[in-house]
Amino acid sequence: MTLASLFAQADGGVNVAQNVGFYIIAAGMLWAAFRVVSTKNVVHAALWLVVVLGGIAAQYILAAAEFVAISQVLVYIGAVMVLFLFGIMLTRATIGADTDVFNKGWAVGIPVALLVFGVLAYVTIDFTEDSLLVDPTEEQIAATTTAISDGYLGPYLVPLIAVSFVLLAAAIGAIVLARKD
Amino acid sequence: MWAFNFLLLSAALFSIGVFGVIARRNAVMVLMSIELILNSVNLNLIAFALMNNSIDGHVFALFVIAVAAAEVGVGLAMVLMIYRNRRSISLDELSEMKG
Repeated sequence: MTLASLFAQADGGVNVAQNVGFYIIAAGMLWAAFRVVSTKNVVHAALWLVVVLGGIAAQYILAAAEFVAISQVLVYIGAVMVLFLFGIMLTRATIGADTDVFNKGWAVGIPVALLVFGVLAYVTIDFTEDSLLVDPTEEQIAATTTAISDGYLGPYLVPLIAVSFVLLAAAIGAIVLARKD
Repeated sequence: MWAFNFLLLSAALFSIGVFGVIARRNAVMVLMSIELILNSVNLNLIAFALMNNSIDGHVFALFVIAVAAAEVGVGLAMVLMIYRNRRSISLDELSEMKG
């Protein structure tokens, strides 16, 4: 008997362990995201971004999307973060904390962000009201990856080929832009 | 679990990313804020897939991950080129195209 099975379905359909995990991870993610946009050290911002991306992967697992979670870890934490760290190391003039990391009009961002959040939160709560998410069954979770591959090789085949061309064009374009003549 | 949990979390992440795009001076930090925004959209897609019991949200999230990887590659190449030409990546100094 694990702790999770002890807590599961204790409150009339609400999965308590899932909720506790969600709120702990969400609090850590929000703090890390705040540090990403507020820290003065560029390298620290990149490392806080790792925390946010890892938290999002954990939320995917809570939402029964294991394949996307693994892809998130491989692509973002594995590849994109290495790109970011290379970009910082190749462009950064100062070591340690920067002096002026904000624009002159940075304070405008606060009301804009609050307005965006207010509108999104109002619409979200108005749209979902108090509906509950239904936990997927074991069979659905086990068949998720099969269903994704069926989607990619079925109705989404043409977009998949298009995305592969986008990636090819982006790779060639990045080489052309960044090489020294 | 309430249906709006994931959606509210991703709305908060989106707003923080918007603030970062507006307020940051360093081009690499702006790219990081754009990553925050793209990830919040992905979280929304996964939450909608869970709400509708459909697989399309997962497929779209993987598409967004692929496009975001391409975007970061091209964006950082552009930042490198700007740095090589100007020895600076402060976005408020890039004003040649101002009308």
